[in-house]
Amino acid sequence: MSKPKTKRKSKKTFERLDGRKVDELRPITIETGVIPNADGSAYIEMGRNKIVAGVYGPREMHPKRLSKPNMGVLRVRYHMAPFSVDPRRSPAPSRRDTEIGMVMSNALAPALFLERYPRSVIDVFVEIIQADGGTRCASINAAAVALVDAGIPMKDLVAACAAGKMEGNIVLDLGDYEDKKGEADVPVAYMPKLEEVTLLQMDGILSVEETEEAIKMAIEGCKKIYEIQRETLKKKYGMTEGESVAEAEETETDEEPEEPVEKPEEEAEADEE
Amino acid sequence: MSNNIVSRLKRKKIEEVLDAGTRMDGRGLLQYREMTLKTNYLEKSEGSAEVKLGKTHVVIGVKAGLGTPFDDTPDEGVLMVNAEYTPVAHSTWEPGPPPEGAIELARIVDRGLRSAEILNMEDLGLVSGEKVYIVFVDLYVLNWDGNLIDACGAGALAALRNAEIPGYKVSKTNEVSETGKTIKLKLRCEPVPITIYKIGSHFILDATADEEEVADGRLTVTFDEKGNITTMQKSGSVGFTLDEIKKCINIAKEKAAEIRSLTVASK
Repeated sequence: MSKPKTKRKSKKTFERLDGRKVDELRPITIETGVIPNADGSAYIEMGRNKIVAGVYGPREMHPKRLSKPNMGVLRVRYHMAPFSVDPRRSPAPSRRDTEIGMVMSNALAPALFLERYPRSVIDVFVEIIQADGGTRCASINAAAVALVDAGIPMKDLVAACAAGKMEGNIVLDLGDYEDKKGEADVPVAYMPKLEEVTLLQMDGILSVEETEEAIKMAIEGCKKIYEIQRETLKKKYGMTEGESVAEAEETETDEEPEEPVEKPEEEAEADEE
Repeated sequence: MSNNIVSRLKRKKIEEVLDAGTRMDGRGLLQYREMTLKTNYLEKSEGSAEVKLGKTHVVIGVKAGLGTPFDDTPDEGVLMVNAEYTPVAHSTWEPGPPPEGAIELARIVDRGLRSAEILNMEDLGLVSGEKVYIVFVDLYVLNWDGNLIDACGAGALAALRNAEIPGYKVSKTNEVSETGKTIKLKLRCEPVPITIYKIGSHFILDATADEEEVADGRLTVTFDEKGNITTMQKSGSVGFTLDEIKKCINIAKEKAAEIRSLTVASK
């Protein structure tokens, strides 16, 4: 762990490793319908993160004792492929994975109408194919789109990204190196329409002012990602601004999710890294 | 956050009482139950603390031993926090692998200590890549009546502050042997986690098991003694607005100082 630097360098001289501005996101592309077997799915590339999210359900809960009599359960499994990081990691779930699955569920559940699915479960499976810092946020972005793709009614989309501190500067969307060497990391998930933060974690050392600055910067990043998520969904479901309201209502009442229009591209599993 | 009929009735009652500005046990919304903290009361562990917070009862044990460092930090010792939900602590707790709650508890306390860099890990290295100190902090829950994060966080700090670990020396041929003396762990800071629970529009501190069960969510903020935040964790399936987050940070900052002074007094 690096020692926190107390000196704040002037923003002009500070350069990020990949040349980004302090408040600039890494390039993001999202694709829906990548897993034909799933009820809904999405693939996200956020920087060098490559992540697949698949949604099954609402369906019967197994084991039954985990179900709730008056509402559905959103169960998220976050899992990293052994080859997603260097050195190889064991495929067995770690404590970190369990915790991230839990915080992801908490981040996404506020957007759903779980009271509509008593005794049922909505399963979200997230596979990290390649990790590049900020996997939990990228996973939430993909999972939110996958939930929409599954035809599950939602109050709002959930977008997520982190802000943090690197060499004394508050920066947006930490990459792998910044994540490891930076002084702090603040992942945030946000529902832009409802203006609610649904995931908030923090590791590192920050003053109260810096913490607030980081949260605000992350929220701005989430708003940008929200637009990318919307564009992705519009592209898939062919909605234009004019007809979006009627169409959205139609999908809400629709039990069956729409069939993927085209065969999904092979996901970039044969990754060049 | 359970949803059976009993907890829905409970929720109704608890919210009614909160609306009236008080709690089921008569406390104020931001008032803690009485916390008692006893340290170094176990002989066979290197450091220990017993925390009682109302009926919540946890024991924290610090053990240190030798082990191999992680590949990516060959010169650094290891600090590990583990939480056990013992079946004795509550009627709904069963033996078996740790449930999500226990893992989250351990992780929040762990991150609170480690991201604050409470120990200089390089001081705990002995032979690069081969032998380092491993410091285990075990959080052992004996009775659950809510607010485990704050109880365990305070207890872990108190136990580490009082811990004396066996000293080792390294010979020229990199042989590691015990010196027969103990050394005190040097703490570089004093992080204390404070958890604020959200029930409807109310924010409360030190929730009981009943309050925890019906709460919509919570936010844990760990403060060090310099007023820096070292860990945050939002949990539960509701969102917080930015203003609510700011409010929680302010509540936590004030309370953390108070709880920290308790852990000092326990010396």
